[in-house]
Amino acid sequence: MSVRAVPSLGPTRKLTLPKTAERALSNGLSVIAIRRASVPLVELRLRIPMPSTKLSRPYVARTSLLSQTMLSGTSQMSTVDIAAELQTVGGALNVGCDPDRLLVSGNSLVSGFDRILGILSDVLTDAAYPPDEVSTERERLVDRIQVAQSQPSFLARAALLRRIYREHPYAIQSPGPTQVRSVTPRTLRSLHEDRVHPAGATLVIVGDLPTNRALDAAEQALSGWDGGGKRVRQPPVPPLAPGPLTLVDRPDSVQSSLRLALPAVPRTHPDHAALQLANLIFGGYFSSRWVENIREDKGYTYGPHSSVEHSVAGSMLMTSAEVATEVTAPALVETLYELGRMATLPPKEDELEQARQYALGSLQLAISTQAGLASFASTYAGFGLRLDYLTEHAAGLAKATREDVAAAAARYLAPAGAVTVVLGDAAKVEPAIAAVLPVERAPLPVDDE
Amino acid sequence: MAGGAGQGDARYCRNVPRIRIPATRYPVERFALPNGLRVVLAPDRSAPVIGVAVVYDVGIRSEPEGRTGFAHLFEHLMFQGSENLEKLAHFRYVQGSGGTFNGSTHLDYTDYFETMPANGLERALFLEADRMRGPRLTEENLRNQVDVVKEEIRVNVLNRPYGGFPWLKLPAVMFDTFPNAHDGYGSFHDLESATVADAADFFAKYYAAGNAVLGVAGDIDVAGATRLIEEHFSDVPARSAPARPDFAEPDLTAERRQAYPDRLAPLPAVAAGWRVPDPIADFAGYLPYVVLAEVLTDGDASRLVRRLVLQDRTVTSVGGYVGFMGEPFEVRDPTAFILQAHLPPSGDLDKVLRTIDEECERIGTDGLERGELARTQARMATHLLRDTDAVLGRALRMAVVEQQRGDAGLVNELPRLIGEVTEAEVVAAAAALRPSRRASLEVVPGGTR
Repeated sequence: MSVRAVPSLGPTRKLTLPKTAERALSNGLSVIAIRRASVPLVELRLRIPMPSTKLSRPYVARTSLLSQTMLSGTSQMSTVDIAAELQTVGGALNVGCDPDRLLVSGNSLVSGFDRILGILSDVLTDAAYPPDEVSTERERLVDRIQVAQSQPSFLARAALLRRIYREHPYAIQSPGPTQVRSVTPRTLRSLHEDRVHPAGATLVIVGDLPTNRALDAAEQALSGWDGGGKRVRQPPVPPLAPGPLTLVDRPDSVQSSLRLALPAVPRTHPDHAALQLANLIFGGYFSSRWVENIREDKGYTYGPHSSVEHSVAGSMLMTSAEVATEVTAPALVETLYELGRMATLPPKEDELEQARQYALGSLQLAISTQAGLASFASTYAGFGLRLDYLTEHAAGLAKATREDVAAAAARYLAPAGAVTVVLGDAAKVEPAIAAVLPVERAPLPVDDE
Repeated sequence: MAGGAGQGDARYCRNVPRIRIPATRYPVERFALPNGLRVVLAPDRSAPVIGVAVVYDVGIRSEPEGRTGFAHLFEHLMFQGSENLEKLAHFRYVQGSGGTFNGSTHLDYTDYFETMPANGLERALFLEADRMRGPRLTEENLRNQVDVVKEEIRVNVLNRPYGGFPWLKLPAVMFDTFPNAHDGYGSFHDLESATVADAADFFAKYYAAGNAVLGVAGDIDVAGATRLIEEHFSDVPARSAPARPDFAEPDLTAERRQAYPDRLAPLPAVAAGWRVPDPIADFAGYLPYVVLAEVLTDGDASRLVRRLVLQDRTVTSVGGYVGFMGEPFEVRDPTAFILQAHLPPSGDLDKVLRTIDEECERIGTDGLERGELARTQARMATHLLRDTDAVLGRALRMAVVEQQRGDAGLVNELPRLIGEVTEAEVVAAAAALRPSRRASLEVVPGGTR
């Protein structure tokens, strides 16, 4: 067999950012327009801060149902009218929420840009929360919660969030059925009136249109959106409190859901680039030590992954793997081993270069579509950053040394600092897990007080 | 006709002129190498990224009896090393070039792909050519990947509610022959029975250069890319494509209905399928069904969402699409039009199926509302344009369409062709969805917490 050499890469192209313009409207809304003319479409992302000062299950239920019903009608249009009008220009909008924000996202043919903006404005200033529609969406949300609560990945994440965030508003991110059932149209209207305002909000527009045209249209459509409302600050997240592994019983599970949380830093922190690289080397992409070990060598799992999750009140490194029930403890051992190796020995030079190339390439890919660019810019905007921060981040990735990455790994990836949760068939997995780490049981995270 | 969706409500879209449906104009270059490999190039210099896809004309329908799941298992083996590459090397080279990779197994084809910054083009071509010459098939890698695939099936099917519903389970109700009816993920018994010799045979039979299409989209120059493709693929041995078997089955003549218990599912669900015209041989007869699926289920203004979700509240969600894997332009005959709905607790499945029949009859007798078809077509155009905005989406779709239809350029035409489907054609398609031609499958919830 002849041996052929793998071709080397062509010259790296510098990260070039698309043309961007921004305008601050007098009501407090920041509009960011980015031109990318690849297809005759436009993408919108409106991000409205919706934090809570304290952990409140009713608030989670209210914001969840608000996001399900914001498009359910205005004084002039029914839910069907809104959807039909949007479709007419090839458009659609949808609304989602998390503990930091409400996100209205949508897209349409670029020729329908003014129409989609007009409907967005109608909804923001005149959402009606009609009782019939609210009652329909309430029951649908309750049904969806039931389905979510039958998914191991949902339950494992919910258990992990409760364990790491405790009394912080991030601890509960999905409402219980009873809480949802008690939300009325009046509550939703009053929540909308209090919180759905442009102050601190950002609208990102990406598409096949000149940036000035996008800004002018947005200003015209959205200047009438009332700038009142409350500003709310949430507390910073509590430090991680490592302790016994939390075991949650899900009888007859054929897999265990293994989750570890580790400390992390925000995007603007000096350690951020080195931490991102350390995480990649550990388990943040396929060619990482953890994936090559527990999947490609041992066959314990299909899709393990590890990533730094940024929220406004704090960042966290989250790792997840679904592993066969019978190898739960061995998979945990390998995970702790790989984290420990990261924390105590520097990575090899070629491991670092491979992770660095991956991180830099991922930035190029992330902004190569209209939709990707819009989501990226909107996420950045939610943290007070603009697209040009990418250049700075890329520079940080380019210059991080082995020493930097080793130091970040020692600081953030040390297994002693991890909070660990396992959801699975406790009777089958507990004895072996207890041989590795102290274990305490926790109930399924589906309470609904 | 009490309570029909949208009756007497002609407000939608009044005075809104029909929007012009745009198209893409990606240049498409097609050629074949002497060894039979067909190539499609779609240059687009708007972002410095590329998508590379190799599509082999073999899928789930071609796997042998007693080897269910083999096409997918074999796809995993194509990542386990090749003529010049050790195990793990493929992943490392792609990701170390800043890219991502994957492969997926479909009913009629199997794809392998990378997307990366444009300076990785030659490397991606090398990697694909190397495994087209031959994967390294070893007992150790086979056993490892059998374990990984079993974990994949546990994650996606066995450890979650509604696993494999309906795509793995409805074909068995609708079809009688092994190629069309069997579970494409495979049984653990069959997977464990697979041998290295089986894999070598499968490669020899189906993974011929003459049975493959290479698609490259993005930041390439055609002359340079052509030269690199000739350089790397010309010495892949010429092997001709196997004759593709005829998988045809007659249409149903009587309704078929089955139910199965899902111990993890909290709520009932139902899926119903009807055969559609041959997607390749009778594209004009087939397209109206693709449009009908959106008329019935795309968004809150669609027929079945209005009727079943918003008005009757007999379902919590309803979806419709053509092809068991939801890819209407990447499937061959026989395939199906599919509707699926999730019901509230103690929902009435018979009533839901009767209402679907009623709404299809209503379209058959009353036709569509004013603007209903045009707005649906506009939204479909947005979806199609969005899918191909990503270079990888474009490379994949062009490669599959070239393989199945010999005309990659059709990808540019799809929005227009969708826009040319007439009301009469959609009405006729709706009228053909009769209960006597229907195969349906019901999920009986066994989920109790």
